[in-house]
Amino acid sequence: MAELPNLLDEAMGFAPGSAAPFPRGGVVVLVEDCVETSGAFVLHHFLKRALSSGGGGGGAVVFLAFAQPFAHYDRLLRKLGCNLSVQRKNNKLHFFDLLEYPGLRKGNATNRGFLDLYREIQRVVEGCSLQEDNKGCVNIMIDDLSFLEIAAHGSMDDVLDFLHYCISLTSVMDCSLVILNHEDIYATEEDHELLTHLRYFSDFLIKVGPLNTGLAADVHGQLTIVNKEIFKDHARPMQKVRNFHFKVKENGVETFYPGSRH
Amino acid sequence: MAEAISRYLRDGSLEGEHAPALTIEDSLRSPLGSHAFHHFLTALLSHITNGRSQASGLVLVALNRSPSFYFDLLKRSGFDASLVDKSVRVLDCYSDPLGWKDLISRSETDRKRPIGRASVTGFKNVKNIDKLLSSVLDLGKGFAGQGKSKFAVAVDSVSIMLRHSSLPSVTGLLSNLRSHDQISSIFWLIHSDLHEMRVSTALEYISSMVASIEPVVLSTNNGHGSAGNLLSLEQNLCKAKFHVRLKQRNGRVKLLQEELHIEQNGIKFASVTSVSTAVNQSLLPKVQFNLQLSDKELIDRANVVLPFEHQGNGENIQIYDGRRSLPENQRDDTKAAPGSEKGGQIHYIRDSDDERPDSDEDPDDDLDI
Repeated sequence: MAELPNLLDEAMGFAPGSAAPFPRGGVVVLVEDCVETSGAFVLHHFLKRALSSGGGGGGAVVFLAFAQPFAHYDRLLRKLGCNLSVQRKNNKLHFFDLLEYPGLRKGNATNRGFLDLYREIQRVVEGCSLQEDNKGCVNIMIDDLSFLEIAAHGSMDDVLDFLHYCISLTSVMDCSLVILNHEDIYATEEDHELLTHLRYFSDFLIKVGPLNTGLAADVHGQLTIVNKEIFKDHARPMQKVRNFHFKVKENGVETFYPGSRH
Repeated sequence: MAEAISRYLRDGSLEGEHAPALTIEDSLRSPLGSHAFHHFLTALLSHITNGRSQASGLVLVALNRSPSFYFDLLKRSGFDASLVDKSVRVLDCYSDPLGWKDLISRSETDRKRPIGRASVTGFKNVKNIDKLLSSVLDLGKGFAGQGKSKFAVAVDSVSIMLRHSSLPSVTGLLSNLRSHDQISSIFWLIHSDLHEMRVSTALEYISSMVASIEPVVLSTNNGHGSAGNLLSLEQNLCKAKFHVRLKQRNGRVKLLQEELHIEQNGIKFASVTSVSTAVNQSLLPKVQFNLQLSDKELIDRANVVLPFEHQGNGENIQIYDGRRSLPENQRDDTKAAPGSEKGGQIHYIRDSDDERPDSDEDPDDDLDI
């Protein structure tokens, strides 16, 4: 059953029934959440879209999981109508359980560890782009960046070097990169540098936060999407900033403009 | 004013002077620095391809975007691919800045490296600033055969360079490039909020022009998603203030300001004066009265004869001293007057000079009755 696209898809430039991959190739998406409102549902939504959109069985996903084990994502995505185990068997989903990854385990991540991880990613991405049946593009997803920072012993340069290489794949291999990160852990000026770097190189910035007016039963929070793409192939100028409310349900996420319900 | 910058970059260095250097700085509050960088890049390149500039070619040090992005950008700006290949050399510090890909491909010998364009040179160790300098100069020597020996240099992100190397070595590189006699002009982009204040100041000292991009609307800190914040975000992504500081040879510093607008095909600069006068005109309160008199009104007012002040116009001023009656002949005149004149008339003779013409003082209050 074809699902209706929501405001989140629309803001990312995804049209219903289009054969274009989601997210588009060459795009870097940064999702920022906070303690009050988790942004994991955005990642789940993107994961599902990436595996199902684009025609011809969807694109491939390289998922770097630091936060949760595979079973967690499998259970959640099953409710969204997407079987990750099958996708994994079909080589559509390349799941890196980085809690178990030898190079980064027990906090002994060095530059070498990141190099090895990147080598794996590059191998998978190159393999995916060679496959004939792969009509969509390859998506690299990181859940979440704060754990990567812990693995790097807080070395911002190592994290940024690794991310730079992942980003260079987006332009060379036409894949996309989605990063989940927390905004509120960078409270001081010195810590802010990593977040500022991330914001500079992202094409889409998605902020997930609580409502300004406080808690509500029907609304779980708000999303602000900033589109910073330099080249736009659309005939009409796209709105650069969008803001809407969301409600996370068992089988998906509902999005609506403030005041448009009831 | 943006044209003035382009002109300085085009005209290049004078005999016995350093090359003109432009710093473009922006921040996340107004992240349009890369648009401005692209503008100056395409403007300079069009002068180079037309043969109007001092430089015969451009070396682009690409740290922030891939070479293919720049070729795409130039293609969209209407440059012919063969001309671009002839006059642009890209030093690719983006694809493999630390040599990781090189290491990987060396260990997996079966895979072939993709062959890029001839005008792109890969650079695999951005931490080595000395090698970077010599690579830029080597690439520039490639243009020497075309009659003119000078070339221009563009660095797309000094911020990334500063992440890999210290401030003294980066400023050393830039000032070496600037003082090199083969370089006609140089410009670079820096994100000022990634660094301490002293970093941008240090770079401003070694540049002759500084273009800083500042937000048009300052965001109100009402928490994310508030209407005011969204509006300012949207506004700041479409336009910005473009402040320019031009240092002249005699030490004079010129400050100029323009407004930068993002449009469908590139950016546009608008002079800020027209905008500010429009604002002033609309902001000046519209009042129903005048605070000052015009010249004509002042003359008219001076000509008004106040009541009872008609005695000064050529006739004798008569003051009643209270003891003496009026002369007989005058008394007769007053008797005859009602017959000769139409209507009534009041003749008033002032008591003394002390009395103001319209005094409320009782004239008889000194009578001892």
